[in-house]
Amino acid sequence: MAAPAETTQADQPSSGPEEPPRGGQATFEVWRGDEDDGEFETFEVETQPGMVVLDAMHEIQADQAPDLAVRWNCKAGKCGSCSAEVNGHPKLMCMTRLEDLEEGPIHVAPMKTFPVEKDLVCDVSWNYEQNEEIEPFDGRELETPAEKEKGEFRMQQEDLDRVQEFRKCIECYLCQDVCHVLRNHDKYDAFQGPRFMIRYAGVEMHPADDGDRVEEIWDEGGIGYCNITKCCTDVCPADIEITDNGIIPMKERVASEKFDPLAMLWQKVRGED
Amino acid sequence: MAAPTEQRDEGGIFGTQREDLWWVPPTIIAIGFTAFIVYSTWAAWVGEHFFTGLPEAAAAAQGTNYLSPFYSPCLLQGCEHGFLAGVIPLEIGTISPAFFILWAPLGFRATCYYYRKAYYRSYFADPPACAVDEPRDDYQGETSFPFILQNIHRYFLPFSLALVGFLTYDAILAFKFSGGWGIGVGSIVLSLNAILLATYTFGCHSLRHLVGGGKDCFTCDEGDETVAKKSWDFVTFWNENHMLWAWLSLFWVAFADLYVRLVSMGVIQDLHIVF
Repeated sequence: MAAPAETTQADQPSSGPEEPPRGGQATFEVWRGDEDDGEFETFEVETQPGMVVLDAMHEIQADQAPDLAVRWNCKAGKCGSCSAEVNGHPKLMCMTRLEDLEEGPIHVAPMKTFPVEKDLVCDVSWNYEQNEEIEPFDGRELETPAEKEKGEFRMQQEDLDRVQEFRKCIECYLCQDVCHVLRNHDKYDAFQGPRFMIRYAGVEMHPADDGDRVEEIWDEGGIGYCNITKCCTDVCPADIEITDNGIIPMKERVASEKFDPLAMLWQKVRGED
Repeated sequence: MAAPTEQRDEGGIFGTQREDLWWVPPTIIAIGFTAFIVYSTWAAWVGEHFFTGLPEAAAAAQGTNYLSPFYSPCLLQGCEHGFLAGVIPLEIGTISPAFFILWAPLGFRATCYYYRKAYYRSYFADPPACAVDEPRDDYQGETSFPFILQNIHRYFLPFSLALVGFLTYDAILAFKFSGGWGIGVGSIVLSLNAILLATYTFGCHSLRHLVGGGKDCFTCDEGDETVAKKSWDFVTFWNENHMLWAWLSLFWVAFADLYVRLVSMGVIQDLHIVF
């Protein structure tokens, strides 16, 4: 009996709307350098269908440039380590499939907003310093007679849904990287960036939190520098609605306490300040 | 922290590694805004052909009762449309009635969170697109004049909510013809205008804050779903597509004005039936 003819993937009839996987030779232009200087270096990589950019960086490390510095950990979009800029778009390298990229050389660069330590690895310690400056969660006391009698403060899931969205943050700092206030205007001393605006929102909107950070959000946080152009939301790999659900609600609270005379009067009448 | 961005100069006024057509959306938005601003300014300035119920439009208007949304509510004497007609003791023709109205929707849209994003990108290139360099270094955001005034957005909200009411009233009157109640193309155009303006206004971020977003807890007082939570859910529903409603309502209000204007001028005839 004659052997059945070999079929290739290209011969297969299309079975659905899926894009054909990218494979074959691809050109990568990868930023090589340190805190003082650097340039793009070209690598040719034999790619396989389904590869992500981080796979290609590992191929380069294995075969061509063992000293290429790449920070990574989970390779599942959960640890936030492999943040970089792929063809100019801030992305997690482990979640960026090659077939989703434009044809042509693939540019891979470190995040522009933070100092480069080596190649694709940035020093993001500035973010940790900002995090330490934020007033942490401040648990409220039991207030009402019912709470005191039960000895507990109860809240419903629907009240926690709002703040739990912000807990999805994996601290990849892509939002910080793309934020033009930091990226283009270097306002590191004046604006803490979108990641910390949702950190503020996560504690400020928490039902069991008793802190008041509105002044802090305006002064130290610098929320007024945000002009809500939503790039942070666009790049968030955790799909957090940073602007609509975090920053704008905080801007509205700032407006109530600092810019709205009627709201300020109402708060005084209710003895809320 | 030192400025690390100097390490990688991407060159040009709009330096970037992006190779996609990043400049297309801000360009389209700039063209759309500019077209609307030019048309609406002209339409407000001319002060005529805004109401098909005016005597001078009677011959062309075929008994229709359409008022342009740019001129609603018409507050001047001689309008004969709605219960607020004549509250300002000036005759039509002395000044355009639109000037007494348009500051409210103009202020509401100019300080709207969605439109801010759009015009900061398209007109101020702050930034022109994500991860694209900006042409100027000086930037104060919304911390100083004039953009600190964006914080008064909520003060335009009551007027915009009132306008939704007035335009709904106009839409109802658009079903009333000189020969009785009926339905015409203009009735549908003005009804859609009221609906689209409502979808845009009810999705306002400030409204979302005022109806309940400013609270830390919706259920803590009563232990059950509150009016605040239901209101917040309602506004959130419309807020999720705020950009879509912003553009649809912007386009449609201009189209509605144009339609009324053309009927009033006799350029087109309104198709309608009277029951």
